Order: sequence, then C-alpha cells, then structure tokens
Amino acid sequence: MRRSASFTESFRELGLLVFIVVLCAIFQLRNHNFVTLGNIRDLLTNTGILSIMSVGMMMVILTRGIDLSVGAVVAVAGMVSALTVQYFRGISPVVSILEAVAVGTAAGILNGLLVARFNVLPIIATLGTMNIIRGVTYVISGGAWVSSYQMSDGFKRIATGGVLGVSNPIIIAVVINVLFFYFINHMRTGRQIYAVGSNPEAADISGIPRRRIVLLVYTLMGALSGLGGVIWVAKFASAQSDTATGFELSVIAATVLGGVSIAGGSGKVSGLILGTILLGILNNALPLINVSPFWQQAIQGIVILAAVLTNVMVKRNNQRFALRRRAI
Amino acid sequence: MERSIRVERLWSWRTFFLQWEWLLVLIFIAVNIVNSTLSSYYFTADTFLQTPMTFLDMAFLVLPMTMVIILGNIDISVGSTVALSAVIMAVAYNAGLPMVLAVVLCLLVASACGFINGILMTRFKELSSVIVTLATMIIYRGIAYVILQDQAAGKFPKWYSALGWGSVGKVPIILIVFAICAVVFGLLLHKTSFGRKIYGMGSNLTASRYSGVRTDSIIMIVSVLTGLMAGFTALFLTSRMGSTRPNVAQGYELSVIAMVVLGGVSTSGGKGRIGGPLLAIFIIGFLNYGLGLVNVQAQVLLIIVGLLLILSVLVLNVRFRGRYQRSVPSAAKKVAAQEHPNESTP
Repeated sequence: MRRSASFTESFRELGLLVFIVVLCAIFQLRNHNFVTLGNIRDLLTNTGILSIMSVGMMMVILTRGIDLSVGAVVAVAGMVSALTVQYFRGISPVVSILEAVAVGTAAGILNGLLVARFNVLPIIATLGTMNIIRGVTYVISGGAWVSSYQMSDGFKRIATGGVLGVSNPIIIAVVINVLFFYFINHMRTGRQIYAVGSNPEAADISGIPRRRIVLLVYTLMGALSGLGGVIWVAKFASAQSDTATGFELSVIAATVLGGVSIAGGSGKVSGLILGTILLGILNNALPLINVSPFWQQAIQGIVILAAVLTNVMVKRNNQRFALRRRAI
Repeated sequence: MERSIRVERLWSWRTFFLQWEWLLVLIFIAVNIVNSTLSSYYFTADTFLQTPMTFLDMAFLVLPMTMVIILGNIDISVGSTVALSAVIMAVAYNAGLPMVLAVVLCLLVASACGFINGILMTRFKELSSVIVTLATMIIYRGIAYVILQDQAAGKFPKWYSALGWGSVGKVPIILIVFAICAVVFGLLLHKTSFGRKIYGMGSNLTASRYSGVRTDSIIMIVSVLTGLMAGFTALFLTSRMGSTRPNVAQGYELSVIAMVVLGGVSTSGGKGRIGGPLLAIFIIGFLNYGLGLVNVQAQVLLIIVGLLLILSVLVLNVRFRGRYQRSVPSAAKKVAAQEHPNESTP
C-alpha cells in the first residue's frame, strides 16, 4: 500500500520531468540556440520570483487554503521599498529587502488573522485583502511610478547582481527552496502543516495548534511575497501600482502543476520545483521559438488544465487498481 | 409534515427586522444621504434612472453568481467569458456577419463557455470549482488574445449602441432588461423546485444526490446560465464602450463575488436570498457614483469594496456563531426534556 503510494507520487514527478525534457527537445528543434547556458540562466532568473512565492503558496494550499492577494503584496512591498530608495538613496540593499519582507509579513498576518482567527473563507478573505492592498498601493504612490533613474545601483543589483555568474534571484530561490524543504519535511511545525491540511479535525484532536499553523502559513506566504516584491522591482527597475497584476494566478498555477493538491495535505517540494520550471519555460521560452506572445496565455491555460485533469485520471486509475488487487 | 414547515416559517417582527437585507437598506440610504450632500441636484428622478446605466452591465453576472455561491461553488472565469464572447461577436460582425446574428453568436459563445465549465465540474468532481474556473479563466482570456491580439474591434451599427445608451421613455433599456432578468432569477431561485434543489445541494450535496436530485444536471444548468448572463454583460458592455478589446472585464469576477457576499450569501453554501445581492449592486454602484462626484480616485473604491467584503463576512460570521451558540443549549435542554420528562417543568 505504502509502496504503491510513493510509486505514484514519483511517477507523477517523473512524468513532469519527461514532459519538461520533451518540451525542451521540441524547442531545441525549432530554435537551435534554445538550450544554451545563457538562455537557461535567463530562464531561471526570470523564474526565481515565481519559485520563491510558489513555496509559500504550496504551504497555504497544503492547509486547504488559497491566497489571491500575493500579486498585490508584491506590488505594495516593491512600491514601499522603491519609494524608500527614492528618498534615501544611500540606503543599503539589505535594509530594502528587510523592509519589503516586513511589509509582506504584515499583509500576511492580516490574511492569516482573517482566515485563522475569524474563520473567513480563504478565497474570500484574500480576495478582499487583494483589493485593499492594491488600493493602498495606489494611494501611497499617488498613481506615480518609481523609475530606474530614481533607484540606486545597489538596489537594482539585488536582482541583476550575482555570484560566480549565477544571478541573485536564482541563489535566493535555491536557498528558499532548500530551507523550506527542510522545514516542511524534517521539522515538527512543517509536518503539522500537512496534518492540518489532510484532516483538520484530527489535527485539532491530536493537539496540533491548528489556528496558529494556519496563521503561520499565511504569514510566511506574505513574507515570501514581500521578498518577491523587492526582487521584482529591482529586476524591472520600475515600481508601478499595477505591478504583478494577475501574478497570483501564475503562482497558483505553478503550485498546482507541481502536484500540490488543492484539497490540501499532499504535495512535495520536488514536484513544486518541476512545476515552477515548467511554467517558467512556458512563460519565457515561447517567444524564442517564434510563437506569438498572444498565444502564451492560452497555451498556459491548456497546459494547466491538462496537468490537473491528468492528475485526476492517474489517481482514479490507481484507485481502481488498488480495488482490483484487494479483490484477489 | 405540512404543519412543522408552517411553524418554522412563523412570521414575527423580530425575525423580520433582524434580516441582513435591512442593514443593506440602511447602508443604501446612508450612501444616498452622503451623495445628496455632495451635489444639490442629486435627488432627481434622472439620477436614479440614468446612473444605473453606468454599472448595470456587470450586475447581470451577480444573478447567476448568487446561484453558484449558494451551490457552494465559485466561478472566477466570468470576466474572461465576457471578454471572449465580446471579442468573437466583434470579429464576426467585422467579418460580415449581420449584427443580429453576431449578438446571437455572442450569447451562444458565452453559454458554451459556461457549458464547458459545467462539463469539467461534473465529470471531474475531485476538482474544486476554483481550480476548474481558474484554468478556463486563463484559457478563455487567452483565446480572446489569440483572436484579437492587442487590437480593438468595433464600428457597430447605430441600433446596437442604443442598446447600452438608449432608453424607453425615461427608463434605460438596460434597466428594463436587468429588471426582467432579476425577476426571472428571483422566481427561479425562490419559487421553483429547481431553486429549492440548489439550496439543498448547497447545504448537503451528498444528501441531495441520495434523495434523488439530479445534481449534475443542476450544476450544468447553473453553469450555462452563468455563461448566458456573461453574454448579456458582454452585449451591454460592448454597446456602451463602442468597441472591445481582449482585456475588457478584467477583474469583474472579483467585484461580482464581492457584491454577492456583501448581499449576505454565505460562501459555505446553502444560505442567502436574491434580494441582498440586488441591493449590494445598487449600494456599490451609487457609492462609485458619489465618489466620482467628489473626484476620488477609482482605486479608493477598490479599498472600500475590499473592506465591505471582509466586514460583511465578519459580521455574518459573528452573527452565525452567536445563533449557533444560542441554539446549542436550547437543543441540549430539548434532549434533556425528552430523556427525563419528569424533571422538566411544563
């Protein structure tokens, strides 16, 4: 029983991996310059923010929740850090990052309190905070942009700099993924996230502080969105009020592609990374093979739907096989 | 059986005035008082007849969304459905299709979008409606972009723009059509067995299925109705704007859900009436109008809608919890009275 479960899970990830390889092969056939070091580095750099935030979204979805406010949090955190840099040019990039993370954390705590403390349905709570946070971003910026020349070089280097040819977003994404891999697989609180998601009542009865776990998950999501926000603004060297509109959909899509079940309680970091890379390829590589950018959204949607439906089919098949085996 | 139902429905002043809708009426009156202090020309028949023209196109979506949320589902693909059907209508008209047929095509495409949502939801019950409509939301909008790219399509005949701007006597056409749709949806939800089944499925889907309700076909009908109403929104929106682009109606789904929830429909399903969302449409619409009078940015409205959404859910939650806590001791007393009839006082 246990072996079959782990087999189907690794089968799923294997499937994703095969799909990514086939996709890359097709791209390479269409454009012989696709698989080059520079291209792969660009692709991964562009996927860094998505990867950082999908880790947070994975934890939220593990607890049967969803967070629609992440795009707005990216905008507000990026805007606050960019405005600060505009007025105090000499400020250290580390302070900017901490500031954005703090703003994101505050937004995350708001979401967490609404969901955990006041029992508001996650989709409704984060829908509301998404509107509020996006509106607040407009108000604090007065509708104006912070442009490239108003930012210090140190600030922009948060996203454009790197160590040994590996850009900062990739490094940060890898560090975050490793940290949270350890956190949710090998630490008590991390395991409790799974417990809360797979059976909230059982978690309550076995003494897991369910509400505190849910609050923690949304807070972490907010903090990671804040981090994503400062990288986003530094990377595009412009902060606007409508930064990252609709980005929440990409983050949720990457998480779902990575095999995190929306019903809660199941999902792995390894699958998540593959899902993020797949979405990153779809987001960034289509122009390279001369597919019109207008096709991008439709193709993305179809791949997401296909992935979700395949997941259901595979699960049904497994259940049928399990039943048949039991009959003999 | 008959009698117990009648007892439950017993009418009293207290339950009548403790309804969520009265609070909404109060908010609506407050909004109007504030608006009237902003402009001395506010309280005229024209204001109340002409203003709804500016916000009613979105309101068509509120009607089916109320059903969807009472079912315990959610549909976030409605904005994309509006965009796709509007784009296809405009392109078909510019390609030489008569406008009447283009309008029919618009409604058909929108219904088809709803039909696809319904098929996915009923065939793949493991998937939550959020995920299904999230995927179709991206796909529908994506197809609209594939068709029209970054261009706009328009140049509609004159009678078509009269649809959005014209009026019969003093009453705008859109208000008349909306009123008819609202009455039809109200009757469907509250006076037919179809409506009762929706409530039943919202409170307990499994129990409904076991008691012989064709749950799949009800979900299909509601999905198609959602699509059809998205088609109406597309018609009136395009008519008012004069042209369409693939990015129209972005974020409509959020405003629509906010209106339904503000109207007192519980997101956990099975509770709510059509009147609340109808009031919510006019509250948010007139609020928007008033903010426009004093030149407040549209973005501030985002904050207000968000706050209203969260506050209304909070108040509803607290109210519900209060009733729940009160009902537990009384139920316990009842059980105790049945078990020990001698100890209870008559």
